[in-house]
Amino acid sequence: MPVEIPVEKWNGQVHQVKLGGAGGRKELVVGGENTLPFLKFEGNIPHRPAVAIEVVDQPPQGWAEPLVKAWGNVLQDPAAWAKKAAEYGADLISLRLRSAHPEEGNTGADHARKVVAAVLAAVDLPVIVLGPEVAQKDNEVLVAASEVGRGQRLGLGDCLDKNYRTIGATCLADGHVAIAKTPIDMNLAKQLNILLSDLGLPLDAILMDPTTGALGYGLEYTYSVMERLRITALMGDKMTSPPMICTAGEESWRQKESKATAGVPQSWGEQEQRAILWEKITAIGLLNAGANVIVLRHPRTVEDVKAAINKLSA
Amino acid sequence: MALTGIEIYKFLPKTNCKKCGFPTCLAFAMKVAQKTVNITTCPDLSAESRAALEAAGRPPIQLVTLGSDSKKLEVGNETVMFRHEKTFFHPPGLVLRVKDNAPADSLQQQVQAAAEYKVERVGRFLTMDGFAVENTSKDAATFAKAVEAVKSKSDLPLVLISQDPAAMEAALAKATPGRPLIYAANKDNWEKMADLAVKNKCPLAVSSNGALDDLTALVDQVSKKGIEEIVLDPGARDFGPSLSTLTQIRRLALKKNFRPLGYPVITFPGEAAASLDTEAMLAAQQVAKYAGIIVLDHFSPALVYPLLTMRLNIYTDPQKPIQVTPQIVQIGTPKATSPVCITTNFSLTYFAIAGELEAAGWAAWLVVCDTEGLSVLTAWAAGKFDAEKIAKSVKNFKIADNVSHRNVVIPGHVAVLRGELEEELPDWKILVGPREAVDVGGFLKQNWKN
Ligand code: B12
Ligand code: SF4
Repeated sequence: MPVEIPVEKWNGQVHQVKLGGAGGRKELVVGGENTLPFLKFEGNIPHRPAVAIEVVDQPPQGWAEPLVKAWGNVLQDPAAWAKKAAEYGADLISLRLRSAHPEEGNTGADHARKVVAAVLAAVDLPVIVLGPEVAQKDNEVLVAASEVGRGQRLGLGDCLDKNYRTIGATCLADGHVAIAKTPIDMNLAKQLNILLSDLGLPLDAILMDPTTGALGYGLEYTYSVMERLRITALMGDKMTSPPMICTAGEESWRQKESKATAGVPQSWGEQEQRAILWEKITAIGLLNAGANVIVLRHPRTVEDVKAAINKLSA
Repeated sequence: MALTGIEIYKFLPKTNCKKCGFPTCLAFAMKVAQKTVNITTCPDLSAESRAALEAAGRPPIQLVTLGSDSKKLEVGNETVMFRHEKTFFHPPGLVLRVKDNAPADSLQQQVQAAAEYKVERVGRFLTMDGFAVENTSKDAATFAKAVEAVKSKSDLPLVLISQDPAAMEAALAKATPGRPLIYAANKDNWEKMADLAVKNKCPLAVSSNGALDDLTALVDQVSKKGIEEIVLDPGARDFGPSLSTLTQIRRLALKKNFRPLGYPVITFPGEAAASLDTEAMLAAQQVAKYAGIIVLDHFSPALVYPLLTMRLNIYTDPQKPIQVTPQIVQIGTPKATSPVCITTNFSLTYFAIAGELEAAGWAAWLVVCDTEGLSVLTAWAAGKFDAEKIAKSVKNFKIADNVSHRNVVIPGHVAVLRGELEEELPDWKILVGPREAVDVGGFLKQNWKN
């Protein structure tokens, strides 16, 4: 008795988004699939999910010991850090302009231009540039970054409901991709895509960041919002069809399980292994929920997550 | 799956004889569907129809129970593909594989460590669920002895792994009663394994490395022996095959009501993994994507704590955050001069701050506000943790009766509430605490005069 494998007939597909591919930058395309994550028996998945490594424009404050140990000296120099990230197998770089935060240096547009130029010169990978997560400063440094990378198809974020006009217009003017971030809610994500489209930004210039909850800290919410967004897109809703990007590294390394060196229950086990696994499992969960770009911190996570993606895509 | 009235009607005699007390067979069927009367009230229902009805009413994925009543593991009986459609009900069992030819003391040590392991998260104790004993030695007596040794250290449910019916029989003699899972019936040994399962009243795993057709054929054969509790091993091992095959099996069961594959699936992530971390990652994927029992080849706290957390996350009801009762909680033995702290009733939030207060050695009064199970910032953003609501909790719980001072600490994330809260609680001084709970000990040391 031959078993008939059930295949869903989806009408929609995830938009294909290109990063880089101009101005000497390598091209990276994500999205384009017309089925659920990695279900190749059912549909077409032209591009596998990409792995980004996070680079910060100044030595990060309060990073957990295993991260500091893994990156060593390059934490002092974003360009060297980005180069090292490329060696570790990053498909792209996610550069966080943390020093622009009013309480962490309050650097401005000039500094942003320098750092972005240095990182762009150091690697030929596609680059995402993120602001310090303070709306007004975000606009200042992201507009500067946009000019420096004009025509090189960077990612720019976070593009929020508060500042989408500025970021959206900049992306449109300089040919970049907006990282559209909303707080774990399907309707808010869709709404922001609509607003950006109304501005004239095409859907293939948007990556959605649905906001990552780390393992044990909201993963269950992110996971289900992503599954719902993806299913809705596959059912034909264009406004939920941009590829998704998840900041798995940033969220998981913030948690006590990753940071605590002492004073935790024995049942938590050895710190380094626990912390790295926290990031790896957060990542594998989100990839199965539909992440197209996963932003990571630890080199060993990058290695294992890339291997898992390759196996899932083989 | 619950049948509708119309579906039940199809099986009735359709004579409208009224002996059941209802005017028509259809009216009766509707009541049966609502579960207000029992199907047996119809005296004319044939035995065949009754059996067919029961089969049709079975859940699309069979519930399978391992172990004894006091320590049992229930898997299967899932009803949806995606947790947001309803929820996932039966978390996959995490069992540790041990080998029968391991030296006795090392085997017992492994078992003891995993059996005793427990980790607390949001007020729950997460644990391992059992052991898989493998007949690596290929010797029946060694296998039986290993099962005895495992049982001497743990009463958790067992999976017995052997392809040899004689060895299985020897092990079953030691493992029953206690309903171990027999792993596994394959195309060569299935008849003997099925007989053992029937004789010992145990669930039976069925394994086939080929296409799902072969697995289906095998399941049909063992079902005919009268075995109801079956666990499937489709042979898919690595990330890709595991995801595709387990998705296909779940879909066939739920969407096509395909009986032969309507059973939970057992996985072996260690067999495809070159490292411990990869094994844990694959197991994590299988927690989300459709495993019923996951056999791990390695155990250490750092490996299983994240995995158990993943399982807790995925199997949380998406409609209802895990929450605690709004109330005043006494941390340690607080006095009239002890600090008063405000938090929300989301379990993750509550246990974070309660745990840090305890760890820092502070006795305190913790006012747990009703935010419908939302975290500090989420509740604030949703308007469920504003100055008015906090003030109401402070008044309703009569915290002022317990303390001689009038100082209250709010979470640093809602520092913006201070001004309004001062208006709402004019007798109180509002202290803005640190953002993260870890820092609460240091904060109190600096700012609290006992
Ligand atoms: C998971 C999550 C959700 C879940 C809900 C989870 C829940 N049950 O609460 C869902 C998806 C439902 C959700 C919904 C929303 N969310 Co939400 N969510 C999150 C997320 C990812 C994690 C929150 C969390 O669980 N944190 C962990 C807990 C333990 O933290 P905590 O409660 O703050 O407790 C810590 C401290 O405050 C401290 N602490 C606790 N008590 C006390 C007491 C004292 C005295 C002290 C000193 C310290 C202290 O200890 C804890 C550990 O340090 C955050 C973003 C993020 N990554 O943090 C956004 C976030 C909180 N959400 C946000 C928003 C806007 C929303 C929505 C309003 C969006 C919308 N419009 O739909 C809705 C509102 C809900 C509603 N309408 O019902 C925003 C809030 C923005 C802001 N700064 O105000 C955030 C920050 C995301 C963002 N960056 O925009 N969310
Ligand atoms: S007793 Fe049975 S056959 Fe008669 S009316 Fe009721 S359901 Fe129909």
